[in-house]
Amino acid sequence: MRSEWNGFAGGNWEKFIDVRDFIQKNYTPYEGDDTFLSGPTQNTKDLWEQVMDLTKKEREAGGVLDMDTKVVSTLTSHGPGYLDKDKETIVGFQTDKPFKRGMNVYGGLRMAMKACEDNGYKVDDEIVDFFSKHRKTHNEGVFDVYDAEIRRCRTNHIITGLPDAYGRGRIIGDYRRVALYGTDRLVQDKQAQKESFGTVYTDDVIRGKEEISEQIKALKELTKMAESYGFDISQPAKNVQEAIQWTYFGYLGAVKEQNGAAMSLGRTSTFLDIYAERDLAAGTFTEEQIQEFVDHFIMKLRCVKFARTPEYNSIFAGDPVWVTESLGGMGVDGRTLVSKMSFRYLNTLNNLGTSPEPNLTVLWSTKAPLGWMQFCAKMSIKSSCIQYENDDLMRPLHGDDYGIACCVSSMVIGKEMQFFGARANLAKCLLYAINGGVDECTGVQVGPKYRPVEGDVLDYDDVMAKFDDMMEWLATVYVSALNIIHYMHDKYAYERIQMALHDRDVKRYFATGVAGLSVVADSLSAIKYAKVKPVRNEQGVVVSYETEGDFPKYGNNDDRVDSIATSIVTTFMDKIRKHHVYRNGVPTQSILTITSNVTYGKNTGDTPCGRKHGEPFAPGANPLHKRDTHGAVASLASVAKIPFRDAQDGISNTFSIIPGALGKEDQVFAGDIDIDLSK
Amino acid sequence: MIGHIHSIETCGTVDGPGMRFVVFFKGCPMRCLYCHNPDTWDPSGGEEKTVEELLQQYDSMKSFYANGGITATGGEPLMQIDFLTELFEAAKAKGIHTCLDTSGVIFHRDNPELLAKFERLAKVTDLVMLDIKHIDPEEHLKLCKQPNDNILDFATFLDEHGIDIWIRHVIVKDITLVDEYLDRLGYFIGGLKHLKALDCLPYHSMGVVKYEKLGMDYPLKGMEALPKEDAIHAREVILKAAKRRRQDDEAGK
Repeated sequence: MRSEWNGFAGGNWEKFIDVRDFIQKNYTPYEGDDTFLSGPTQNTKDLWEQVMDLTKKEREAGGVLDMDTKVVSTLTSHGPGYLDKDKETIVGFQTDKPFKRGMNVYGGLRMAMKACEDNGYKVDDEIVDFFSKHRKTHNEGVFDVYDAEIRRCRTNHIITGLPDAYGRGRIIGDYRRVALYGTDRLVQDKQAQKESFGTVYTDDVIRGKEEISEQIKALKELTKMAESYGFDISQPAKNVQEAIQWTYFGYLGAVKEQNGAAMSLGRTSTFLDIYAERDLAAGTFTEEQIQEFVDHFIMKLRCVKFARTPEYNSIFAGDPVWVTESLGGMGVDGRTLVSKMSFRYLNTLNNLGTSPEPNLTVLWSTKAPLGWMQFCAKMSIKSSCIQYENDDLMRPLHGDDYGIACCVSSMVIGKEMQFFGARANLAKCLLYAINGGVDECTGVQVGPKYRPVEGDVLDYDDVMAKFDDMMEWLATVYVSALNIIHYMHDKYAYERIQMALHDRDVKRYFATGVAGLSVVADSLSAIKYAKVKPVRNEQGVVVSYETEGDFPKYGNNDDRVDSIATSIVTTFMDKIRKHHVYRNGVPTQSILTITSNVTYGKNTGDTPCGRKHGEPFAPGANPLHKRDTHGAVASLASVAKIPFRDAQDGISNTFSIIPGALGKEDQVFAGDIDIDLSK
Repeated sequence: MIGHIHSIETCGTVDGPGMRFVVFFKGCPMRCLYCHNPDTWDPSGGEEKTVEELLQQYDSMKSFYANGGITATGGEPLMQIDFLTELFEAAKAKGIHTCLDTSGVIFHRDNPELLAKFERLAKVTDLVMLDIKHIDPEEHLKLCKQPNDNILDFATFLDEHGIDIWIRHVIVKDITLVDEYLDRLGYFIGGLKHLKALDCLPYHSMGVVKYEKLGMDYPLKGMEALPKEDAIHAREVILKAAKRRRQDDEAGK
């Protein structure tokens, strides 16, 4: 066994790249409470004060403190950057100084230029010239192929947020591999993969071999990048500090090269805990030191920044990176995957204060240890920063080494990836069905010129039949656009370092998504159970609705309308499944958008449910605002009916509750009264 | 049989253990000065529900209540004791944990017919959250327009039947936040062998809005919400006295 691995239990992971096997053979489940945790060191406090100071300056400067306008960001484009070299135990920034945003051009030149201009900067002429004349970008490739129909769908907002001008993101490299194996071994493995294709050069083989060559180059460049910080990551990490550092370098490489819509971290905590346990046992580091490494690591993750435009920020409600880290969950053998490191990650919310990044996501299981559940609850109450996802639902599908990309997209780390597909506006699709493909806001014939609804009252069966036809059309255009996008992204903005940290044969989820589910469900319910009269403008386009009578509303555990919602999800998914998708992807769907529901509302006219033009959609799969009147559980029960098999890329539900409504406060409540007579 | 139900809360997290399906019954004979649900006093009206309807609703969400159950509150659920008993009997048959949130005001041991009804109810009740409004008979009368001897007797009845008891006590400045009263309350409840929890609820003024809506005068106008510290103090006084009672009982054995 290699000396760096001394003390570890051996296994398949020594012979093959298999991080999960290493974790399973070596990790220590932790079933205790949070009392072992350490607070912040003075260095941590000092560094964090620096970060807060820079944050303040950035805000005062209008949102961006500094941008690179001359050098295109690559793995090795920028020299080392530090906050305070002597105090940092984990190092590395995207550029040569903190809070200076790199320039990513491969996704699209126009977006890169606009991101600079909107923030008061200007991309260097030479760069513009080069990427205009000599090197095509993803964005240019896509628009070379888009047809008029796809363009109309974009500009009329029935398909929105498509990653055709920016990085698609949602790919999680297995950054742990850098720590466990070192890059030399990973390069060796990739070289073997390259030779494994045979000599029948089909398109797929040619592309596969070219991609692996790119991956090998990326791994070598990553090694150089780490060298500039004085570390040799060609060899495995020797202790927990190095393991965190190596893992972070892997991630840092990804965020230097890709300005993706979500750049998630994966599932690193329990992997790193194995090193921590070994170091604690050997006396190499103390608990306080290990917490300091974690604090500094998380601090770095909080400082990841991209150059983006105000339009981008309005779609995503801010400037999110989605550094999602998945914590906890259960192993398939029944042991909890919660380790002390899972606690240390959450403890950064104590030591550094609250923050939306990294997006700490607890894979919740009813079988999780009580101490962990209690700590999660405590930190949720304290920080409001923890995201929860249902491990019991996802584990049967993905096993026990999956992670979440962005907010809900689950994938097995290093073995599965996703082609991010934004979403189709189903509420608008319903309005197109009513208006025969004419957009209710712009009056443009966007969809096919089918027969619009006639008469003074909407008939459920008639509208449903038309809606079905319109969904069929929408699914076709939508999948076409995504096929073009992902072809071009692979060609012009390939995620080489992230894919270098994947197996050769990767399962690719072809993600689609829908917005406006509750609007559609309530609208159809209104048409079915109440009387809905269309109101037409001079051109005969239905622009508003008059609804008489009451109707069941989604979010009240009422099957009459909940069944409409679930059948729409299944119907649209089945329509997506009919199509050829790029690179043998596996089509999935999400009921998402927890950030752009406001934007969707602005661009969607009056709907039969009584929602007015401009009023926001509900986030994700949530019921419409104030329509759920039977309490939280009834509302959740409605959402829970949506079949996961037809919405495998995630069903999101946003839920706010005051802590006092979640249970009794133990200061005024004495449960399990056990009066001790001896005292 | 039909029950008159004021409303349902599907996400009850403060009315018994775990997450609970909370049924608010219509009707209450008490007129507590600080009542924050005056809209439940009138026994008529409300939604008419059958036991089957309620349990069907429960069943459709039962996975949420795995560690909880059903809680009957109000109003005063005992005003509809026959319906309540049927509901709990049906719930118990399905293995659902049953919890009754009550003031106990209906209870009278000297009425054999009524006592028989309570005996039947006791068989299917897992937990009673007994709200003792005031330990002092005269103060109780002033506070709620009802005597408290039968209420304290109800506590004894529950204890005799081995039913788990949570005592709830609203802490109001000058009314119940008096150490002497709190001590007497503690000494009384210390004698209950099946006492499982004590819940000191600091008075809040959130009921005012409802009185305005109903066009009623709010009896405690101007009373400010009680600071949490005072409720913590009350809890300590009560628990201390309960301990003294336990010691006395131990010595008397």
